[in-house]
Amino acid sequence: MTASETGTENAIYMSGVEFAWSGTPRFQMSIAELAVPSGQTVFLLGESGSGKSTLLSLICGINQPSDGWIEVAGQDIVIMKGAARDRFRAEQIGVIFQMFNLLPYATALDNILLPLRFAPERRRRCPDGRGEALRLAEALGLPTALVERTQAAALSTGQQQRVAVARALIGQPQIIIADEPTSALDANAQTAFLDLLFEQVHQMGATLLLVSHDIRLAERFDRRLDIQDIAVVRRDTT
Amino acid sequence: MILLRLAIRSLFSRRFTVGLTVFAIALSVALFLGVEKVRTGARTSFADTISGTDLIVGARTGGVQLLLYSVFRIGNATNNIGWDSYQQIAARPEVDWIVPISLGDSHRGFRVMGTSAEYFARYRYRGGRSLEFAKGAGLEDLFDTVIGADVARDLGYRIGDPIVVSHGLASFTEHDDKPFRVAGILQKTGTPVDRTVIVGLEAISAIHLDWKNGARSANPLSADEVRAMDLAPDSITAAMLGVKSRMQVFRLQRDINEFGAEPLLAILPGVALQELWQIVGVAESALVGVSAMVVATALLGMAAMIFAGLNERRREMAIFRSVGARPGVILGMLMLEALLIALAGALLGLALLYLGLVVARPWVDAAFGLYLPLTAPGRFEASWIGVIVLAGGLVGLFPAIRAYRMSLADGMTVRN
Repeated sequence: MTASETGTENAIYMSGVEFAWSGTPRFQMSIAELAVPSGQTVFLLGESGSGKSTLLSLICGINQPSDGWIEVAGQDIVIMKGAARDRFRAEQIGVIFQMFNLLPYATALDNILLPLRFAPERRRRCPDGRGEALRLAEALGLPTALVERTQAAALSTGQQQRVAVARALIGQPQIIIADEPTSALDANAQTAFLDLLFEQVHQMGATLLLVSHDIRLAERFDRRLDIQDIAVVRRDTT
Repeated sequence: MILLRLAIRSLFSRRFTVGLTVFAIALSVALFLGVEKVRTGARTSFADTISGTDLIVGARTGGVQLLLYSVFRIGNATNNIGWDSYQQIAARPEVDWIVPISLGDSHRGFRVMGTSAEYFARYRYRGGRSLEFAKGAGLEDLFDTVIGADVARDLGYRIGDPIVVSHGLASFTEHDDKPFRVAGILQKTGTPVDRTVIVGLEAISAIHLDWKNGARSANPLSADEVRAMDLAPDSITAAMLGVKSRMQVFRLQRDINEFGAEPLLAILPGVALQELWQIVGVAESALVGVSAMVVATALLGMAAMIFAGLNERRREMAIFRSVGARPGVILGMLMLEALLIALAGALLGLALLYLGLVVARPWVDAAFGLYLPLTAPGRFEASWIGVIVLAGGLVGLFPAIRAYRMSLADGMTVRN
């Protein structure tokens, strides 16, 4: 079953995926099916240890499944070669992590600009990368002077997360993947942060897949999924 | 560009460890280039000291030894040449010019050399340059002296100052009854001449006439009495000569080496200098080898530093991967880092070398008579810095490969 066969266009589609981590402890994951429709915001509930990091790595093409089908932005990423997959990720996906998102020694501006270095398409979409980076930062409530001069390490956690959002959004990738982006923020900051994120994602018409253990965030998403319904994880400690 | 900027910022954020590593490389590079500088400086300095002389004649000894004591005033003659022999050689038809040299006395640590007036006309250094007077003129009176630039500078002598020659090279007995007068001061040559007190050959005889067995005799002669006497020497230390035709050098050399009256040795300065290089070559190679090992050690230290930092930087690599950097980019970034450290170290080392040269040059010149030319870094330095930076990049390959493997295994998530 491919994206076209499902009727709706999927930004992310996985089916029959098997993954095995050969290190210690041994770790296996099976994913029957996961579909994230294009242009929607999807909340994926997952406790730590539920395999969500592995799931995201599979979607981003950093880990390779032993079997199954993974389609991102209409393309089969399993059959891609390593370098092509890295390039594809750079072009199509913006990633936001929970913490330590940024290169601490680089300025906020350089952090935002970094993905463009690896994604010619995204670079083409914003010829004035610097201007676009500052515009995004401004929209996310980061003053220009701060973005240009301050090292990421000197920013507050909330500011860092907004820089990470700007980095994920620059050059308008189709898919934004966020892994616990709010866990380091307090409740008020979480709401403000999600407001900004949603606003920008909607403006771009991008697909958002946000993974969190915090069900309270789920309300405003188009769809809500639980990783336990999607993935089966087996661990052998022997 | 952004990657280079990030690499530099990353290094700067670790400036203490990186700085120490850069400094270690800088010291090793300064040492390495410095050894080479001194080595070539010494060679040119030696080679520049004598030019235009076809043969040096002395008592039979080693060729290198004769060269060292006659030209460089290093070591002492084991024996002298009889004045008769000297005159016989001087009378040979092949000889264009000949200059006698008589060594053995000193003045406050500087060697005194007796010679003829022709010395000033015949002596050539650094590719044919002649001696020139900075002040005064040549030897006129019996007790006139011409001093080298360093002698004048170190002892503060001016024209007309009196000089008392000491007997031997390190003694407290002085020829104070027959003082000399500074008649001329030579310009700086960068050769042992700068550190020499030159007097007439007759003057050497004159101050020794009333000496017997290294001590003053019971009835000394006054300076005026001496002037009236026959001052032809009994013997001299060595002689420098030029031939009329280069073709005759080897025959004359052979004839002198087979001289009947006494055992003599004639050497071609260039050949003796080559022998000298062969002797010191081993030590030179050892020195170059050791300093090269120091550079290698500093570069390995850099690799160790990068290795040690890798684990803390896994998060950083994961970020690069997440924005689409291939593992190859991680590899390249770490090699770039090593290259930058090595380059900074090499350039700082070069700066240290020149700083050291500027500071130490007068001292090296005074202490060893070694004139180190302060030339701009040339192809030699450039190519070695290139080699060192490349070696740095190569050494950086080891931590880079490890980072590559780590980033492949970690992906976007870091298990810590």
